[in-house]
Amino acid sequence: MEQPNISYIQNMSGGDKNFEKKLIGIIKSEFPIEMQVYFNSMKIKNFDDASEIVHKIKHKISILGLDESYKNAIAFEHGLREGDIALQVKFETTLMIITDYLKNFE
Amino acid sequence: MNCIIIDDEQTARAIISQLCSDTNDLNVVEEFSNALQAIKYLNQHEIDLIFLDIHMPDFTGFDFIETLKKPPKIILTTSDDHFAIQAFEYECIVDYLLKPLTLKRFEKAIQKVVDTDKTLNKNNSLQNIETNSGHDLYVNIDRRLIKIDVQEICLVEAKGDYINIKTETNNFRVHSSLKKIKEKLPDYLFVKVHRSFIINIEKIIDIEDNSVLINKDVIPVSRSNRSNLMKRLNLL
Repeated sequence: MEQPNISYIQNMSGGDKNFEKKLIGIIKSEFPIEMQVYFNSMKIKNFDDASEIVHKIKHKISILGLDESYKNAIAFEHGLREGDIALQVKFETTLMIITDYLKNFE
Repeated sequence: MNCIIIDDEQTARAIISQLCSDTNDLNVVEEFSNALQAIKYLNQHEIDLIFLDIHMPDFTGFDFIETLKKPPKIILTTSDDHFAIQAFEYECIVDYLLKPLTLKRFEKAIQKVVDTDKTLNKNNSLQNIETNSGHDLYVNIDRRLIKIDVQEICLVEAKGDYINIKTETNNFRVHSSLKKIKEKLPDYLFVKVHRSFIINIEKIIDIEDNSVLINKDVIPVSRSNRSNLMKRLNLL
């Protein structure tokens, strides 16, 4: 299973450690909220809302260098609009991997 | 350039802001998490460029553009590539950046904005030459529209991207072309005698083989334009 990394963030920062810290901080605060919105939407089978939040989460997946998971998120987002949840488990596994990874940054 | 960022995702705003700070002449004056706040801001402030997310809840980027009477230049930032065709239906949209943004692609987009600015300035200068009932010509000089009586014009000379409009008492330098001003001048009075000169035939003092004297200026007459000039003269 691919693992997250901060190559993109480092590349974007040009060595600016403050920016790296700031951006990781923002992701750490936004990601759990978005994840919660996703689970709430799925719980009530509101797939349109779930699709909307997957759209937002997928940006973070790409920022964290999870290329395969990003492709899966795109397909899942589109599938949700049709009520197709075949990729749900795969997507939620990615969410867990990111959650664990972000715990490394205090 | 003063710019604003509109994106409901803070992560995206932070990245765009960072890219702007690495780019000369880009000044982020405000950031908005929704388009409605930005509309209020734009009612009171003038800005040059907007980084706009398309995919936002309630009010999309396209909805936002539709509300603006005179939208500034816009760079769309989005995770979806399927809006590209729709995006370029809007004249104000200069570029379309896919997330996650990269520095290289960002710089290319900014260059497009700069190039668009240059083209617009050029066109503005050309459009600002207006005629009024064929007697007056208005030229844009230092943001002032100055009236020139076309009958007072002795000659027009092309100089690179500019033209010099000479009357007996003044010389006006305008960002335009000989071709453009020729369209604005009455044919009965003006004739092109050289690829760089249009003259007022009523201001001619004398003509030699390959030149014409107007005031104190000796203007070259090209071989290809000479016969046309001669036809216009009342020869004895």
